[in-house]
Amino acid sequence: MARNLSMKDAINEALDQEMSRDPTVIVMGEDIVGGSGSPGEDDAWGGVLGVTKGLYAKHGDRLMDTPLSESAYIGAAVGASTCGLRPVAELMFLDFMGVCFDQIFNQAAKFRYMFGGKAETPVTIRAMVGAGFRAAAQHSQMLTPLFTHIPGLKVVCPSNAYDAKGLLIQSIRDNDPVIFCEHKALYASETDVPEESYTVPFGEANIVREGSDATIVGYGLMVHRASEAAETLAGEGIQCEIVDLRTLSPIDTDSVVESVENTGRLVCVDEANPRCSIAADIAATVSQQAFSSLKAAPQMVTAPHTPVPFSPALEDLYIPSAEAIADAVRKTMAP
Amino acid sequence: MSEANITPVLMPKWGLSMSEGVLVDWLVDEGAEITVGDEIMEVETDKIASAVEAADPGVLRRRVGDAGETYPVRALLGVLAPPDVSDDDIDAYIAAYEVPVDEDDDEGAAAAYEFAETAVGRLRYASRGDDGPALVLIHGFGGDLDNWLFNIDALAERARVYAFDLPGHGQSVKAIEDPSLAGLASALQAFLDTVEVDSAHLVGHSMGAAVAARLACDAPERVQSLTLIGAAGLGPEINADYIDGFVGAESRRELKPVLFNLFADSELVNRSMVDDLLKYKRIDGVQEALSSLAAELFPGGTQSAQLAADIDASGLNTLVIWGSGDAVIPAAHAQALGNAAIEIIDGAGHMVQMEKASAVNALILEHIG
Repeated sequence: MARNLSMKDAINEALDQEMSRDPTVIVMGEDIVGGSGSPGEDDAWGGVLGVTKGLYAKHGDRLMDTPLSESAYIGAAVGASTCGLRPVAELMFLDFMGVCFDQIFNQAAKFRYMFGGKAETPVTIRAMVGAGFRAAAQHSQMLTPLFTHIPGLKVVCPSNAYDAKGLLIQSIRDNDPVIFCEHKALYASETDVPEESYTVPFGEANIVREGSDATIVGYGLMVHRASEAAETLAGEGIQCEIVDLRTLSPIDTDSVVESVENTGRLVCVDEANPRCSIAADIAATVSQQAFSSLKAAPQMVTAPHTPVPFSPALEDLYIPSAEAIADAVRKTMAP
Repeated sequence: MSEANITPVLMPKWGLSMSEGVLVDWLVDEGAEITVGDEIMEVETDKIASAVEAADPGVLRRRVGDAGETYPVRALLGVLAPPDVSDDDIDAYIAAYEVPVDEDDDEGAAAAYEFAETAVGRLRYASRGDDGPALVLIHGFGGDLDNWLFNIDALAERARVYAFDLPGHGQSVKAIEDPSLAGLASALQAFLDTVEVDSAHLVGHSMGAAVAARLACDAPERVQSLTLIGAAGLGPEINADYIDGFVGAESRRELKPVLFNLFADSELVNRSMVDDLLKYKRIDGVQEALSSLAAELFPGGTQSAQLAADIDASGLNTLVIWGSGDAVIPAAHAQALGNAAIEIIDGAGHMVQMEKASAVNALILEHIG
């Protein structure tokens, strides 16, 4: 049966159910059990924000606390995936990807291609993304575009608990490397989640709200900001359609283009920095594929081209707001 | 006080999980003379959009609800009263109206569904009504108990109504041990055993009608009467495009046109209906359940089970209801039974119990007596 579950608990349940279903699924990462020397009891930490809490007590040594060496354990996870396991490696913050990038983009992403399709790399790398936690420039970035740039990687960023569970199960069952991005600010957000295992397919956007005047495209936390903006705009008689991309590689261009063909207006929202962002990608694709449908220039609402500030006041200004999204929509509506 | 003459028009409660709905539009003007069954307004929930039929007669004196606005269940949307009731009395009635507090709201939506541990596994069900004979609603292929959302409350006025999810469906166990009609009939029997119903009026839709009929033939002592709606099991034809399309659809784009087959009015197929069905289809075990049922019951676009002779032989009091525009199973199949009362309803498709709920509810209540 379905019940209300937070995104954090939905991710925990996905890991639990896949570990129960498939003995080749293992979980590794920094403090995912509870830190070095932890007895692994139920009250162990279970990750820096408790997402893997309780899994060690149930699945034992298939969860592994790793040393503070991302290059070592991400490499180990990639290697294990080529040898028959389905590792889920938790990288804590996506910002730490820098020190293990070779393992991801030169190794994991390349094997299928370089071995003529004979090698599979079913590794899932989970990591927190996004700003708003007063965690400064090295723990707050939205680095999704770095990974969508690389062929061979699949990139996922859910906006709610239902999608998080289904997309994570799909990620684990998928035979390619998946970068699974979890927005910290959404861990507590709740929605109806079935108890049973289920999947959400890659490359299928979700139409969160239907509308005929403008299309707002986003993912992760930005879907919620877009919903707030759409609510405000509805009061002004502007009906927005919201497309939640859910997966960024593969990306559901068809749903975006189809929506813009109906609305004629496009606002792309991205918490990432603007240059070469998902927003820029969507704007370019729509301009090319649906130019004749556009009634106004596509607008982009993104973070500025700066690191995430540590000043709380500046950090709040840094993250795209519902007001900024509403303003961008109004701009497309201007005669 | 002339309040006794004033009848409220309320936001309906369709199904157990509905807490609010949008008044999409009024279909009648203020001052219109309303008779029972008139479509008076269009309402949309997160599950479905449908016209609301008047349950009471009267003059629509006031439209209280605004088109396009969202209202909680049982909110006052309009006022019916005879012409001799004064405007002041109507104003006073509107001012005094309070939306009744539903004791099982909040957690009520979840609590209203129950689960029965049966011989075939865990089955979800809902039960309504305290008095009268037992009546069990059995949905069709790929459906669930919410297919009865426009029926369950109306029928509960005169019966103890149970609606449950067959194995492989809704929120019941997904594994179907025996994916045959006899297997589903034994699941129905297991459900009756668990909820301690000795015998019941069975109301089945589509495949669920065949399940009801199968049980009536196998265990006639458990069945008081049969109501077969858009029934399977009464003829060889079935729309293979629908069955195969429903089983095979993997996306919104693929599923939506398939669902148009279900309704005379394709406007009823909205995004949330498509999304909810996709979510169901994506649960582990559902594809296997649907595929095995389709292969067993509807191989190659035909129906494997033919029950008309057995139903006639059972001598059970049987009512057959069909939408004249049924695009899944031809309405002509209604004629297969020699001794049944047959009601063909115009302007409805396969989901006639949703599209013409008041008419179907009235027929069922009359049938069970």
